[in-house]
Amino acid sequence: MMEKYTIYVPRLVTRRENFAPGHRACIGCGEALAVRLACKALGQNVIIVNATGCIEIISSQLPWTSWRVPWIHTLFENTAAVASGIEAGLKAMIRKGKHPAKEVKVVVIAGDGGTSDIGVQALSGALERGHDFLYLCFDNEAYMNTGIQRSSATPYGASTTTAPAGKESIGQVTWKKNMPAIAAVHDIPYVATACPSYPFDLMEKVAKGAAIDGPAYVHILSVCPTGWRCPPDLAIRIGRLAVETGIFPLYEVENGQHKLSFDLPKLRPVTDYMKLQGRFRHLTPDIINEIQSKVTEKYGELKQKMVKTGVAK
Amino acid sequence: MAKRVGMEVSLAVAEVAKLANVDVVAAYPITPQTHIVEHLAELVANGELDAAYIPVESEHSAMSACLGASAVGARTFTATAGQGLELMHEVLYVASSMRLPMVMTVANRALSSPLSVWGDHSDVMAVRDTGWIQIFAENGQQVIDNVLCAFCIAEDQRVLLPVMVHLDGFHLTHMIEPILLPEQSEVDRFIPPYHHPFPLDPDKPVTMGTFAPPIIYSEAKKAQEVNLRAAKKVILEYWDKFGKSFGRYYHPVECYLSEEAKVLLLTMGSFSETAMAAVDKMREEGKDVGLVRLRLWRPFPFEEIRQAVKNAEVLIVLDRALSFGGPAGPVCSEIRSALYNEDRKPKVISFVGGLGGRDITVTGFEKIINRGIEISQTGSEQEFEMFGVRE
Repeated sequence: MMEKYTIYVPRLVTRRENFAPGHRACIGCGEALAVRLACKALGQNVIIVNATGCIEIISSQLPWTSWRVPWIHTLFENTAAVASGIEAGLKAMIRKGKHPAKEVKVVVIAGDGGTSDIGVQALSGALERGHDFLYLCFDNEAYMNTGIQRSSATPYGASTTTAPAGKESIGQVTWKKNMPAIAAVHDIPYVATACPSYPFDLMEKVAKGAAIDGPAYVHILSVCPTGWRCPPDLAIRIGRLAVETGIFPLYEVENGQHKLSFDLPKLRPVTDYMKLQGRFRHLTPDIINEIQSKVTEKYGELKQKMVKTGVAK
Repeated sequence: MAKRVGMEVSLAVAEVAKLANVDVVAAYPITPQTHIVEHLAELVANGELDAAYIPVESEHSAMSACLGASAVGARTFTATAGQGLELMHEVLYVASSMRLPMVMTVANRALSSPLSVWGDHSDVMAVRDTGWIQIFAENGQQVIDNVLCAFCIAEDQRVLLPVMVHLDGFHLTHMIEPILLPEQSEVDRFIPPYHHPFPLDPDKPVTMGTFAPPIIYSEAKKAQEVNLRAAKKVILEYWDKFGKSFGRYYHPVECYLSEEAKVLLLTMGSFSETAMAAVDKMREEGKDVGLVRLRLWRPFPFEEIRQAVKNAEVLIVLDRALSFGGPAGPVCSEIRSALYNEDRKPKVISFVGGLGGRDITVTGFEKIINRGIEISQTGSEQEFEMFGVRE
């Protein structure tokens, strides 16, 4: 069913593009698509706080902008703190009668580096303090904006420019940092994972995160054809395969209750996903088996956390 | 009428932020700034100040939260010191470059290593070029007067820049001084309401903080530089308005017994009051000395400095920071550069002292002045001398 729905997505949701076309993203950019869908889910009454990264660079260049909603970029690692100031400032001014009382959602856009590496302290602080904001991490699994350097979100075995595969190395030698779990242990009301290959699911989760009173975190896998070295026309399929192999499971953690968004009775082999991407091309069957075992194990652990399984959409 | 109270200067700073009715305080504790932010937290907790108090997890986030608050048009205040100011460093540039007004008191502190919580100006000098307006105070009254003026200056639509008010760590922050604390009604009359012209607002979307390619970056920076220099006029306006409202007048450069004095000492911050006592003593002894105090550090008051020292033969500058491997203390370097092309100018002698909280006494200042006069006659093999260091 999903395969056919996807074609009609733009017709079934609002036509208004708050993330305007004409930006400078690479062809097939999964992140730009995800941001576009997220903006459709968010509507008008938002303030976007963007970390330094691909989206900031492709959507803003003095004196142009792709943003039809208020948008601010300051630095790389401080987005959650800037969002804290905006949220607290608005709340205080509304309370003091200095600002019209209206519902405005503060939404952070950041990449995996800006979230799980350099920005993790500010994010943890903002989640712990309980600010009413939505944090969207667009994870393309490396520092793509600066030229495909490894981050703590880069998967095991992937070749990047600062963890390249070579005679003595498989590339990335560490397992991907589990950022949604880190967000969830802050006991915030809402955590979810999403992928633009499942557009309705993504938009629902973004809308849900925005509607919740308190901190919400949505981790969005964003296929990067440039960095993953895959054909741009396969970006949607590769996102789908990341989910179907169990490498990137889609789930929600709502008030501590885990819920799987898609039931996968049988996982596809990880090779279905990996063979389409140049960043894994160098891997030997031994390493691929190691990855397969880890994915199966982690998916099993996740399923155990699920108190009830969601219905496939 | 203002009340005369005996109060620790840090508490008075917090009381004045309350009188200014700030909307957001985002702060992280660091000695010797702590009493300021503790008292603000107390005022909020007791319902005496209606503000969002954001107890952030670092100074980097403190300044970042202030950016956000200012960008939606909130009246924004913070305070820091030493290492905290250094951790804010990159964010400070963003505040000024994005024209986000806010007020920050800096409890000036030495920098590690070795760790020192005590006062000097190393932290200030490292943030000299961040584009903030920077004002130095010599006593508690000057601190609170200038915090009031700082809100007016920062939020004026012709300025829209962040302002630092510097108070020396411990020497000012932890002193109990007699302070004239203004009435709420006086403050309300003095500080105009704040309206940022282009806040983040869904009804009128703006894009803030775009990146700039080489074709436009220089223009953006030129505009910022022109704006900071032009702010001086507005600073003078508010100092004048403050004087007329409260009877205490402030100037970019302030002089003490300096007219026609052949030998001048120049200081910045709380040491100025001890230096005045030294000048008094030396005058009584018939020595021709005077004092010049620098209040406005940025934008730098070139004209006022030139006027203040033009008749002197010797100008001795005391810095409370080192520029490692450099030509002199940072303040002295700037003074020299301001005077270099003048036809009439004094010999400029550089001293560095009072590092990491070490005091300079009245006798100490006498020694500095006498040694400065000696160097002006005999010359020195060093670019500058450090005062009071055990060899």
